[in-house]
Amino acid sequence: MRNLEVAARPGQPILDLHDVHVALGGRSVLQGIDVRLAPGELVGVIGPNGAGKTTLLKIILGLLRPDEGSVRIAQRDVREARGLVGYVPQSFAPDPDLPLRARDLVALGLDGSRWGFSLGGARRRAKIDEALAWVDAARFADQPVGRLSGGELQRLLVAQALISDPRIVLLDEPLANLDLRSQDEVVALVGRVAHERDVTVLLVTHDMNPILGVMDRILYLAGGKAALGSVDEVVRGDVLTDLYGHHVDVVRVHGRILVVGGADAESLTCTTCDA
Amino acid sequence: MFAFIARLLAAPTVGTALAIGSLVAVTSGVVGAFVVLRGQSFAGHALGDIGTTGAAAAYLGGVPVLYGFIGVGLLGGLAIEGLGERARDRDVATGIILSLMLGIGALLLYVMTQGTNATGGPVAILFGSIFTVDPSVTVPVALFSLLALLLLAFLYRPLVYASVSPQAAKAAGVPVGAVGLLFMLAVAIAVEESALVAGALLSTALLIGPAAAAVRWSRHVGQAAALAALLGLLAVWLGIALAYQSYFWPPGHRGWPVSFFIVMLVLIEYLVARIGRRAPGRAAARREAA
Amino acid sequence: MQILGTLFPAGLFTASFMQNAWIAGTAVALLSALVGFFVVLRGAAFAAHAVPRASFAGAAGAVLAGGDTLLGLAIFSAFSAVGIASLATRRDAGQTTALVLMAALGLGSLFLALGGAYAPEVYALLFGQIVGISRPDVYAIIGLLVLALVATAFLYRPLLFSSVAPDVAEAKGVPRRRMDVLFLLLVALAATAAVPVVGALLSFSLMVGPAAAAAYFGRSPRQALGIAALIGVLSIWFSLVFAYDTGLPVGFFVAAVTAVFYGLGRLWAWLWEVERSTARAA
Repeated sequence: MRNLEVAARPGQPILDLHDVHVALGGRSVLQGIDVRLAPGELVGVIGPNGAGKTTLLKIILGLLRPDEGSVRIAQRDVREARGLVGYVPQSFAPDPDLPLRARDLVALGLDGSRWGFSLGGARRRAKIDEALAWVDAARFADQPVGRLSGGELQRLLVAQALISDPRIVLLDEPLANLDLRSQDEVVALVGRVAHERDVTVLLVTHDMNPILGVMDRILYLAGGKAALGSVDEVVRGDVLTDLYGHHVDVVRVHGRILVVGGADAESLTCTTCDA
Repeated sequence: MFAFIARLLAAPTVGTALAIGSLVAVTSGVVGAFVVLRGQSFAGHALGDIGTTGAAAAYLGGVPVLYGFIGVGLLGGLAIEGLGERARDRDVATGIILSLMLGIGALLLYVMTQGTNATGGPVAILFGSIFTVDPSVTVPVALFSLLALLLLAFLYRPLVYASVSPQAAKAAGVPVGAVGLLFMLAVAIAVEESALVAGALLSTALLIGPAAAAVRWSRHVGQAAALAALLGLLAVWLGIALAYQSYFWPPGHRGWPVSFFIVMLVLIEYLVARIGRRAPGRAAARREAA
Repeated sequence: MQILGTLFPAGLFTASFMQNAWIAGTAVALLSALVGFFVVLRGAAFAAHAVPRASFAGAAGAVLAGGDTLLGLAIFSAFSAVGIASLATRRDAGQTTALVLMAALGLGSLFLALGGAYAPEVYALLFGQIVGISRPDVYAIIGLLVLALVATAFLYRPLLFSSVAPDVAEAKGVPRRRMDVLFLLLVALAATAAVPVVGALLSFSLMVGPAAAAAYFGRSPRQALGIAALIGVLSIWFSLVFAYDTGLPVGFFVAAVTAVFYGLGRLWAWLWEVERSTARAA
């Protein structure tokens, strides 16, 4: 495990994965992962399909226990720290007629997991308005979510994750299915989340290029192993060849980075693995 | 044992029952494999219920029930398929159409019970009438079955493509909409024939059960279809034999319903398949890890 | 005036069995709308269709065994609900629902055949009867409504969250499988109450029709719930009037009326869509 932490900030890590091993369906998905992240960092989680990105997210969310190793969030156990982790899922495609307004969707992040029903109140409403305003969604706050665009929905999901004041936010492929302009907006928003609110952001994506400008460090997953560091340190032929287990080249063209030769001999479409 | 079979085959109604039952089992099994592949179990079930209306209308009109089942079933298939793309919306809309048609059917069934003051007609429609069906429908059933199977043979490749990756199929020029529609007509035929044998309420069992079991033991749809047909045949033959035998059982020596036996046998097949073999994906993953 | 006389003949409100029918019918409509809201939200139309059907088998069995039909309904609907919730995975939910339903109905056909003499009573449960509702039945149904209201009050937030965004809800600690089971048990509750009144064949329409229509009219969950309840109650009231006037089964009218409301909802949505595209084009 290459852990080039030269760029990390000193102090207590907000997320601490130590020697994490996970095997699913008899197949080893993550081997010996060590990750330490500081508050307010924006880390891109990159890797080919089947490399274990989603598995890693599940570990951090406490939905999956590692076979070996430990996971600590803000020095606490994963279960205890549940309220500190926000999650923006990969897809949210509502029916056009879903009777749910934008503010209702965001409100779910505030108290959706508690029993009973909410009695409303000015303070609650103010909190929701504030969350909506922060992601620049105030103007469609009362629109049914079924009528909103992909970019607008993505912003709402971020607001939903942020409204409970998490310390870490995980985003699973937030840029997929978005047009370029929406992608730029979401990337800018995510950058603000990390740098203005001092929230650690883990952004899983299969293409690192849209987030190159806003990423602090990169966590590259391949072949069950990981490398964590700055883009220049990690995205290099030798480092990636070591991860993938076969020869890989890194090509830079017009400021974009392409990883070539990663026709993943190892990645399997394991449809039942993340059960 | 052989004496029993000889006696069974000699009984007048059993011959027809076996013939029709076999045709239905094969058709339902083959079509069912695709229904399971496409995840259209609700639509298949809905068609059975919708057929009730046609059957009741046919009965009241003095026409063999088969034509009512199939006629309205085909119309229902068209309606369901014409409902559009969105899965959730389509489910609700399917349900509403189903309710509306069944509501009319319920009305007709009610009228039937009032008319003759007997519950024989409705029972046959809802729960199956394979022993009381008019032998003259054997040939029409055979023809409809042939039609459905030919349709499926014709649709085979585009159907598989459209079912597995509709977007890619559309891009490749497959007329996904038309394929879906024609397939739904084949389903309607299979389901309504099945309703003749096991009743409108239980028709889904022959459509889904053997197919759901077969899918767990097959690598691709063609295999599953063949296996489903075999499992269906097994259930129907054994079901008929048991039903015949049940005339000598308590209580009252009236015999237990054939549909009951067929459904239970189909379920046993499914449970055995489910326990015996996990979903195909896991087996593949296990193999690759070794 | 004449029309009112034929539409609302004597006895519609005063006959004792009709009073039972009005109270029980309204309670069932409210209960069905409440549960139906979540059914439509979760896309669980097939399960909502299967559970009442399966419960019918329980009633047939109860009649055979000489027990209380309501109890038979409750037991079989609960069992089928739990069966569907525990056995279904995301991929094959449709198959599992179909097969659980077939299992129950298979037994039902057996019970019916063995029952013989009591068949008419069981048939009433297929179609729904306004005549057959007794005072104790009314109390039982109101009890079920109260139970459902309390349960929903408790479950509202996590169930809504889990229905709308199951992944995020799970990450926040709302257990998906458990919510599935609890939801289907609510459906079982609604089925137990609805089947004696509307019939096993068609109680689904009272659950899904009003809620589906309300989704087209309402913008927020509370609006949708309220509108669903309103439409549900109106539907049953219309149906009771027509059933009393014609002597035909209530179930048929419920199916027809709810379908009309659903159609209106779809029409409304379509008109809005047209207006929005013309506004955009302008």
